Amino acid sequence: MRISGKRYLLLFLLLLFSSSGLFASDGTAIDTGATAWMLTSTALVLLMIPGLAMFYGGLVRSKNVLGTIMHSFVAMGIISVLWVILGYSMCFGKSVLGGWFGWNSDYFFLKGIDTNILDAGIPEYVFTMFQGKFAIITPALIAGAFAERVSFKAYCFFIAIWSLLVYNPLCHWVWASDGFLFHLGAKGAIDFAGGTVVHISAGVSGLVAALFLGSRRGYPYQVIRPNNLVITMLGAGLLWVGWFGFNAGSSISSGLSTAQALTATQVAAAAGALSWIVIESIHQGKATALGFASGILAGLVAVTPAAGVVQPYGAMILGILASFICYSAIQVKNRLGYDDSLDAFGIHGVGGIVGALLLTFFIRPSWMHEAVTAAGGKWTIWNQLGVQALAVTIAIVYAAVMTFIIIYILNKFIKFKSSEVDEMAGLDRSYHGERGYGMLNPS
Amino acid sequence: MKLITAIIREVQLDKVREALIEADIKRITVSRVSGHGQQRIEEMYRGQIIVPDLIPKIKIEIGVNDAFVDITVETILKSARSNGAGSVGDGKIFITPLEECIRIRTGERGGTAI
Repeated sequence: MRISGKRYLLLFLLLLFSSSGLFASDGTAIDTGATAWMLTSTALVLLMIPGLAMFYGGLVRSKNVLGTIMHSFVAMGIISVLWVILGYSMCFGKSVLGGWFGWNSDYFFLKGIDTNILDAGIPEYVFTMFQGKFAIITPALIAGAFAERVSFKAYCFFIAIWSLLVYNPLCHWVWASDGFLFHLGAKGAIDFAGGTVVHISAGVSGLVAALFLGSRRGYPYQVIRPNNLVITMLGAGLLWVGWFGFNAGSSISSGLSTAQALTATQVAAAAGALSWIVIESIHQGKATALGFASGILAGLVAVTPAAGVVQPYGAMILGILASFICYSAIQVKNRLGYDDSLDAFGIHGVGGIVGALLLTFFIRPSWMHEAVTAAGGKWTIWNQLGVQALAVTIAIVYAAVMTFIIIYILNKFIKFKSSEVDEMAGLDRSYHGERGYGMLNPS
Repeated sequence: MKLITAIIREVQLDKVREALIEADIKRITVSRVSGHGQQRIEEMYRGQIIVPDLIPKIKIEIGVNDAFVDITVETILKSARSNGAGSVGDGKIFITPLEECIRIRTGERGGTAI
């Protein structure tokens, strides 16, 4: 009896699924392979956010560990909600207001995409959620620049407004089919998975915010030591794993280009990490764990815009150069004395710029052939470098100016920087009423 | 020679450290401790108010020569008071006679080793 009951259930489920497949809205069939990979990628990119929380969380002092972790976690709440309401529409709707951002009333609350299947053969919901994860991680990256000294409330308002006014327009320009950077030059500005949209915008905004807020109390004379490098290393590991979703998922397919992006990602991360500890060993005499983690990130950030167009040797060189240049940038920061606490600009800003510009020299020949055809006969790497440089400059200027305006105005309503008392007590206690490591003491 | 032991609020540690350094008292041992005095605090745990039995504090230990006792105590008193005027839970200072002090590296003893 039981067995036949189960059979009926199976048959019923089979009918249910096959019929829902038949009634797909616009007749495009679901490519189950691509959909499965995009679902996996979506989950992998989300995994990067707790990864980032751990990476940053380990680097601050113990009194700020929960506050810093919450900077990443609260982004998962705020940006996800905003994304569903209007973020997706602003990024991937039709250009409005002269192309500043997009709008499509079908995307408002995602109400009109319930049964949409994209041409790539994946449900639009999957694409929406995948892109939403990028929108979450970008403002969370900024938090590294002003760690240990911002009011939680002001931070929440900041990332919400920043996401609407900086991320969404940039994303629209670079990735929407009618964005103006998408059509720059012969085949568009190359930003495969978010070198300009995610890393340059976050890094530059972080730098502006760090300069606006000023340093932490006691910086740089008081030693500000990481509370737990073990969770930082775990976080870096999760970021590396999650980055396969970030880069290989950005092919929005499950095929050759996915494999190319995946390979480039692995190569760049490994080359970056190795070069960082080699540079460090020569410069300071020891290969540090934090250095290895920083190299992983520098390599990954640099290959992010490039993953779709470079071959493994190119990815390797990008990883090496990114580590070298980011390492130098951090030395310069130490000289200049501004407090980009966890090097959001030093790694994400600088690494993103390195990747977006230098990828030009390693583009695979087939891409260049297509560009030459598209341009009608002539398109050199120097033409493409010009396009890349223009896109990078636009991203830097736009992110810097908008971030300054947002913080300047927001600061009139909510004090952005923690009061001295709150900063000394730590973010955990001042804004959350909790402690990260209470278990270390009998209580 | 005296051993000065101060139990202070975690929050005040930065202030006390800075004041001590200002007063040229730089040799110091700091540890995290838990304890209970007059102070009673309430914390939230999943929306419920709880009163921990033991409250986290910071313990500072400083060995000093007799001439430095007053200045050390004064400095801690001034910098460890919360809200300027002081409130319950600011902590205590204990002063105990110190029989001997030996620098491990050289083996020298007494006041010069401090």
